[in-house]
Amino acid sequence: MKAVITVVGRDSTGIIAKVSGKCSEYSVNIIDISQSVIEEYFTMMMVADIDKCSIDYKDFVDIMNDMGRENGLEIHMMHEDIFNSMHKI
Amino acid sequence: MSMIKMDDVLETINMIKEENLDIRTTTMGISLYDCVCDDDDRFAEKIYDKITTSAKDLVKVGCDIEKEYGIPIINKRVSVTPLSMVGGAISSEGYIKAAKAMDRAAAEVGINFIGGFGALVQKGMNQSACKLISVIPEALAETKMVCSSVNVASTKAGINMDAIIEMGSVIKRTAYLTKDEGSIGCAKLVVFANVPEDNPFVAGAFHGVGEAERVINVGVSGPGVVASAIKRAGNCDLLELAEIIKKTAFKITRMGQLVAKEAAKRLGVEFGIVDLSLAPTPAVGDSVAHILEGMGLESVGACGTTACLAMLNDAVKKGGVMASSSVGGLSGAFIPVSEDAGMIDAVRSGALSLEKLEAMTAVCSVGLDMIAVPGDTPEAVLCGLIADEISIGVANTKTTAVRVIPVHGKGVGEEVDFGGLLGVAPIMPISKYSPKEFILRGGRIPAPIHSLKN
Repeated sequence: MKAVITVVGRDSTGIIAKVSGKCSEYSVNIIDISQSVIEEYFTMMMVADIDKCSIDYKDFVDIMNDMGRENGLEIHMMHEDIFNSMHKI
Repeated sequence: MSMIKMDDVLETINMIKEENLDIRTTTMGISLYDCVCDDDDRFAEKIYDKITTSAKDLVKVGCDIEKEYGIPIINKRVSVTPLSMVGGAISSEGYIKAAKAMDRAAAEVGINFIGGFGALVQKGMNQSACKLISVIPEALAETKMVCSSVNVASTKAGINMDAIIEMGSVIKRTAYLTKDEGSIGCAKLVVFANVPEDNPFVAGAFHGVGEAERVINVGVSGPGVVASAIKRAGNCDLLELAEIIKKTAFKITRMGQLVAKEAAKRLGVEFGIVDLSLAPTPAVGDSVAHILEGMGLESVGACGTTACLAMLNDAVKKGGVMASSSVGGLSGAFIPVSEDAGMIDAVRSGALSLEKLEAMTAVCSVGLDMIAVPGDTPEAVLCGLIADEISIGVANTKTTAVRVIPVHGKGVGEEVDFGGLLGVAPIMPISKYSPKEFILRGGRIPAPIHSLKN
């Protein structure tokens, strides 16, 4: 399955590196990435393939959330089906 | 390149984080047909076993989906076959034992409410229903999570006034037996007309007679999402506003359908329905009253409220029906008083009266819901209130219901706090004139004619 990872927070150096580092650590393959900085706010969206994730997906969600908290970022992970069902007919 | 758009993602996350979008309830309906038995203890035991076996993974699967999909699923619940349909051979005491078994089973599987301690008596009351109804007060007083509902009328059968008389007495006794907790028993007891048999929301949830062995029904919510969408729309006309509500309802429902199907698949049971209700909670930003105020009313209860609510309800249904392959349950805007911060405020300020609420129920989901009235309200007056509300449902071929709490020892001006989802209810004034002679005639109000409409 694919997960959509969003990261929102005050801009600082190395946000993408931190997030993608964790993905790589747990064999989560990033398929798509887009980001923008509006004023001081950093917003990033990643689509990632989690089929080969080396740990249970639910634990990966916890790890990402914890990392977000430690770095003052809001990290949210959702199943891509949510967006496909809500925003497409 | 992915087809997922950043805007859509941010909108969805905003709905969840800021606007309280959630799956309000994932409810497993369980048939108890195979629990029929003529021994009280054995009956209770069979019910306990059936529920704990059938729903053992319900909470786990709910939590898994919540985490994997990133969507909060607030409540996991169970509804069962109306008990009076399977307990014909047991005693009244047996029904109390069965209620306790339901309560224990609910605790064991980790849910917060279980519905189905009830009966369908719209045309007449058989012995089994009589026995069950007579012990509803004890059953509700001696359990925590059991909910009870009794259907006393339908458009096809008319209104069973004898059953309403019985329910008036049951409500008063329930209020008395649970007086130490603000008569909370009455918050778990609903009197219905045209009750839906696949409703996932308590207190009226039960597993209908024509349902499969086990089903998953999901109730979506999202008053906050609709309120925000209306706010963003700004100064637009009503046609445009209806479109905005429809589109929002569509999105909410699609999410509900996704979760319902996934839950059903993982639990190995049938997907039943998505209930398209706007269900408020006492939390800030989760109020149906605030949607109506966002549409332009100074306060809910003002002249224009019924029109506003009718439009909201209709738009929600239109958006939702398109979004789901299977819509059912109550599907509409709920207007409980104690569970909605905006309704509570409107009652406190005197903007919203019982009479206005009654009018509102003619155009939206359910009925007089979570209404607290003085504890000394006579039984006949409660029966009159029920009969009025039920008539609206019967005459309009829709579901209506009454969940009224005559709060023991309290009067107008006071409030009762149930805590949690059940919220705070200001005691509302109710007409002191007596309908007693009319009610005590008993019998049945015939089914209404459905031609010559005007």
